[in-house]
Amino acid sequence: MAAPTISSLTDHVADLAAGAHVTALAWLGGTTAFALADGAALLVAGDDQKRVAAHPDGAALVATSDGRRLVTGGDDGRIVAVAGDGTVEEIGDEKGRWIDAIVAGRDGTLAWSAGKRVTARDGKGRLRHFEAPSTAQGLAFAPKGYRLAIAHYNAVSLWFPNTDAEPEKLEWKGSHLGVTWSPDARFVVTSMQENALHGWRLSDRRDMRMTGYPAKTRSFSWSHDGNWLATSGADAIIVWPFDKDGPMGRAPRECGVRHAKVSRVAFHPGALVVAAGYEDGCILLIRLTDATELLVRRASVEAQEDAAVTALAWDAKGKRLAFGTAAGAAGILTLP
Amino acid sequence: MADKIPVTVLTGYLGAGKTTLLNRILTEPHGQRFAVIVNEFGEVGIDNDLVVGADEEVFEMNNGCICCTVRGDLIRILDGLMKRKGKFDAIIVETTGLADPAPVAQTFFMDQDVSDKTKLDAVVTVADAKWLTDRLKDAPEAKNQIAFADVIILNKIDLVSPEELAEVEGRIRAINPYAMIHKTERASVDISQVLGRNAFDLERVLELEPAFLEDDGHHHHHHDHDHDHACGPDCDHDHHHHHGGLKHYHDEDMQSVALTIDGEVDPDKFLPWVNDLVQREGPNILRSKGILAFRDEPRRFVFQGVHMILDGDLQREWKPGEERRSKIVFIGRNLDKEAIREGFLACTA
Repeated sequence: MAAPTISSLTDHVADLAAGAHVTALAWLGGTTAFALADGAALLVAGDDQKRVAAHPDGAALVATSDGRRLVTGGDDGRIVAVAGDGTVEEIGDEKGRWIDAIVAGRDGTLAWSAGKRVTARDGKGRLRHFEAPSTAQGLAFAPKGYRLAIAHYNAVSLWFPNTDAEPEKLEWKGSHLGVTWSPDARFVVTSMQENALHGWRLSDRRDMRMTGYPAKTRSFSWSHDGNWLATSGADAIIVWPFDKDGPMGRAPRECGVRHAKVSRVAFHPGALVVAAGYEDGCILLIRLTDATELLVRRASVEAQEDAAVTALAWDAKGKRLAFGTAAGAAGILTLP
Repeated sequence: MADKIPVTVLTGYLGAGKTTLLNRILTEPHGQRFAVIVNEFGEVGIDNDLVVGADEEVFEMNNGCICCTVRGDLIRILDGLMKRKGKFDAIIVETTGLADPAPVAQTFFMDQDVSDKTKLDAVVTVADAKWLTDRLKDAPEAKNQIAFADVIILNKIDLVSPEELAEVEGRIRAINPYAMIHKTERASVDISQVLGRNAFDLERVLELEPAFLEDDGHHHHHHDHDHDHACGPDCDHDHHHHHGGLKHYHDEDMQSVALTIDGEVDPDKFLPWVNDLVQREGPNILRSKGILAFRDEPRRFVFQGVHMILDGDLQREWKPGEERRSKIVFIGRNLDKEAIREGFLACTA
């Protein structure tokens, strides 16, 4: 087998200065929206750049998007939606409590958590609350229906915000951090404090333990066909197979092996190509079928702890890839 | 590489003066900017721009280590604060009066993200001179906080007589002979004695001598003695009894065990022994430290630990003329001193 050759796309990247730690980013049509830890949202459309104050004197700690607006949760306790034209709307206020997680669903639904208190907001703006047994560190909407997975200590709660029924609990000892729901709705997967993933196959409640990570998984991404889950937290992207009966008893793919940990992953929306951002600032595109690698961004020359890629997202068509780093560097790759 | 942000943990029983000390630290003209993490929004305001409320969520780690608990809220808050690096120079964590300091300290060793970006500087315990003696009898939390401390602010000394003060100091020393004690009124202490202590830095674990001996200028007292056995600060040596009139107390359930071998130890014996000891006795051992001379090793081996977590490494070389001696200290509850002594002596090279 021939060794994968690295070709470079670095000439196709337009660099940007975000100016502060990039918490997350989203594509709002043709506009790239960066949520920043200085409280601002940076909107980039072509040569136009606009900076709007989403959390004045604060920081955007978490962010999500429904493709129309960037929604940020701040250390000022506020939930703020920023549209591509720079319009800012406050849509929630947890009275100064840090927002720990936020996620947008379909049809304008949104959910966020501040400590144990989880709030779900439907498309009409109606709020429902749930008190988790401990801090809700991760949230994920089911792919269909108005149902929310809430990751907390020792379990994931599956909550129907529109019913008064007690949430169903998927129990597993330990601190669950992030959570994701497979696109076919068959699996719920969490990242854990113990540098492992835990999954449940919902049909029979079988547990899945995915271990061996040297660091916590902070970033998940599903392939467009739903068959693969790419994860960060190792010196390679770890890609688990979720076709057939799921990853039980199967080994994950490991691609993009480097001497730096993967910090963000983002599957292409239409091809089996995954983008990986590393702690040293390097970004690669990797084709899953043959492990071909393309260089998007070189690693920082100096060993710099703020170099880590902290945000990475494709636009809807998969033509452009935007990224941001802990040091406030950012850029947009336009595929040739 | 940027320096890690130092984190000072401020503990103390209810009403001892934690918030007074905190506000004193924050308002002194030191030019430092702090991020403060508090667990109780008390009636006294915190005089700082960046104050974060925490929930004190203690999580068990699923790693087979029964006392490995971490503070989940702290991990999350530190991660959030690190996004705003440059806004502050140091972090102070104020715990509730009933908090166990161990999960806080363990967070800095168990969580890689936290330890990559921050370092635990010291555990500072504020104690009420008037009420501590009572609390040591009826509140295990208060005893934990004293046993765990690197620095103890013995506060409200204006409310007690010299005899009472000597008694409470003796009680503290019976539990923790190694912490620096500062006697204060209204928590008035030079903040350089509270911050920047590097108490968990292996390179700074220079000497393991009871602090009260240093205070009294008996820095090198042991050089005057012929040591042919392991001995601790509460052993029967006469030099431990009369220091500035400090009474010698024995605490029923919390003690320190300090042992010295006047020479080298065999690392192939010592490392398995100490690992096994903290695995078995970890729940009872709050803090441990040691400086050891390994056979055929020009550098000093230094370790420190919290419950079952040990952090050890070879540090600088022994200096010419420096005595190659091996010393270990454990502070803990119901420690079997004889068994520890025998086990340690069996490691003699």
